[in-house]
Formats: sequence, C-alpha cells, structure tokens
Amino acid sequence: MSFWRAIAAAALLATGPALLAGEILPDARRSGYSFMGPDTRAMQDDDTSNPGMLFVLDGEALWTKRTGSADKACADCHGDARGSMKGVAARYPAFDKALARPVTLDQRINLCRSNHQQAPALPYESRDLLALSAFVAHQSRGVAITAGDDPQLKPFVDQGRDLFMQREGQLNLACTNCHDDNFNKRLAGAPITQGQPTGYPLYRLEWQTLGSLERRLRSCMTGVRAQAYDFGAPELVALELYLMSRAHGLPMETPAVRP
Amino acid sequence: MARALVHIAALIAASVAGAANADELVPYNIVSDGIAESLTGAPGDAARGRALVLARTTTCILCHSGPFPETRFQGDLAPDLSGAGNRWTVSQLRLRLVDAARFNPETIMPSYYRTDHLVRVGRNFAGKPILSAAEIEDIVAFLATLRD
Repeated sequence: MSFWRAIAAAALLATGPALLAGEILPDARRSGYSFMGPDTRAMQDDDTSNPGMLFVLDGEALWTKRTGSADKACADCHGDARGSMKGVAARYPAFDKALARPVTLDQRINLCRSNHQQAPALPYESRDLLALSAFVAHQSRGVAITAGDDPQLKPFVDQGRDLFMQREGQLNLACTNCHDDNFNKRLAGAPITQGQPTGYPLYRLEWQTLGSLERRLRSCMTGVRAQAYDFGAPELVALELYLMSRAHGLPMETPAVRP
Repeated sequence: MARALVHIAALIAASVAGAANADELVPYNIVSDGIAESLTGAPGDAARGRALVLARTTTCILCHSGPFPETRFQGDLAPDLSGAGNRWTVSQLRLRLVDAARFNPETIMPSYYRTDHLVRVGRNFAGKPILSAAEIEDIVAFLATLRD
C-alpha cells in the first residue's frame, strides 16, 4: 500500500464508521443495478415497463383509502406522501422508542395500522403490504441511504454485522463470503452482487412478483441450506439494518428490478 | 392400552435409532495430506462421478468450471477442474472433498463429508453430510481422470 493510500484509509477510518477487514469501502459500493444486463436496466429505468410501478400505484390508492375501526387513511395523518414520506425509507429500519428496538418499514406500516387505524396487521409479503411499502419507499427514490446513523441502533447494527459474518447452514457459508469477498464473480453463471439493498421492495424476474428484502435474505439462507429466520424475526431485522447501514450513501431505487 | 403405548414408544425409538445409524459417517484415516482408503471400501464409478459433478444439487459446478462443453452456467469462484487429476493424487482429492477446511479454515469450499461444527443447518439437512461416502468416491474417481 502506498503512503497516500494509507493516509486515505486512515482518514476514512477516522471519519466514517469503522470498517472491519474485508468490508467494502464507501467509494467501492455498487448497487445491484450495475451488475445487470442492459435489458433489465432498461426495464427498471422506464416507469411504464417497470412492473414494480403497478405495486406503487396500488399503494398510492391504499394510501388514501380509509380502513380499520378508526376509519382512517394513511393520508389522514401523513397528508401527501410525496412530501411527508420523502427520505423516510432511506432511514429504515429505524429505532422505535416504545419497543426499544429497530422496526422495518413493513413493521412500521403495521404498527400504524394497529395503533392508529385499529386495523389488523397485513401479512408479510401480502400484496397490500408490499404495495404500501413500495409506494412509501418510492418517495425516497434518489435519496441517499442513511439508515443506521441513529446511535441507539448501534447494538443492532453490530448484531446484524455478526450475523452477516457468521457461517451457517449445511454449506457453511456466510453472507460475507460471497458479497464482500467474491462480488463480480459468477455463481453458476450469474453475477454475484455486493448485496446492497437499494431498491426494496423490488420486482424479481425469478419471482415474477414484488418481494421484500426479508424474502431475499430467507432465500439466500435456504441456498446455503440453513434454517431461514421467520419473517419479522429480530435477526432478519438486524441483518436488514446492517445491510442498509453498509449501503450508506447509495441512492434508493425503489421499485428496483432484478433478475 | 399401556402396553400398546410402550410398544409404539419402542417402535419410535427404534426408527429414530435406525435413522441415526443411516446418517452416521464412515470413519476414515488421514495419512499425510490425504485419505488413502476408499470410504466405501470399493473404487468409485467415474461416469457416475461426472454426472454428479454436473448435477447442481451437489453444488460443484456452482463454483467450479471444467472441461464440460455441454454445460452452461458454470461458476468461476473456484479453480477450473481441468487437470485436477494431475495436480492431486486420489488420496489428496478424497480429503479435499471430505474436509477442505482442514487445509484452509477460510476456504469457501464446503466440507462435503462432515456434520459437526455447523450452525443453523436446515431441518431437511440436519445431521447429514452434503455428499454420501459413495458419491464422494464416484466424484474422486472422475476427478482423477481429468488430466491435461
């Protein structure tokens, strides 16, 4: 390492959160978008061909629809989402004071439903929950990710990092083995990305639908033949939080399209 | 009634014990940097081994590539298997499949014939090695034929 690179590395360590060996430096962080072919990029870029936009439109309709025994719509408290929700998803998962732990955007939507709308929780991966979270996250398109900056989240970010580094499953592989150490290489012909969660919920061509980051994490766990955590499990929330903090500064893309 | 219950309990116990036996690993001796003796006591079948290497369920081809012109979507995370039979003896190949982490704890190559020191193994895979002793032998026999 040259003298100047050593200085630059020391400066980075002094200013940003401490990086562990093997973690990706901030200016080397790349969205999954940059690993895709031109066709998939074009599908994401054009809102009229991006299938995720159908969910965003559904979410927009749900935003103003009254529900629950309180007969309230999201818009009755939050007004026009274009203003009130801008940048919100870039800060999630966020610390919830009452629960004393981080909650995901999906969980926040359901907390709103139970606390303010007196409506039943929407099941994970249900069309309405995906549509609402896609609509909310879409208001942050282009906003730099800052999730994890809140100091109260530190122990949970650390828990997520530990889980990311932990080998697991019958194949005994950790997230870091592929997504820190081997991105850009090919697993069975498909490019391995850095696993930067910039566009969730996103439309995955393999799924033929929109899906959450938790769904993606669970399918990676199944891939290494590990017992996947349940939706909403504290471990998945911690992993989601660590991944978002690891993507610090990257712009949100919701709804992204991925192969 | 009580007798029937005891009988059922005994049946369950017997079937659990039977399953455990089926999953038990064959003991092996490491000599120098290899396992000299076949895990099954018989030589493997190279043709079956080739089919196993190409079957995605064994995971080989997800990371490795090799002299398999008919197979699309090979990986490049690990060395090309071409010439593996020149680089390694049969004994070395066998131990590298059984427990590659013995040589390098940081390796991403799974230990294909090991069930201990694993975390959160999926319900369907718990207590089972990735490959059976017979599958290891077939793959070893095939890899030994890969000579430049």
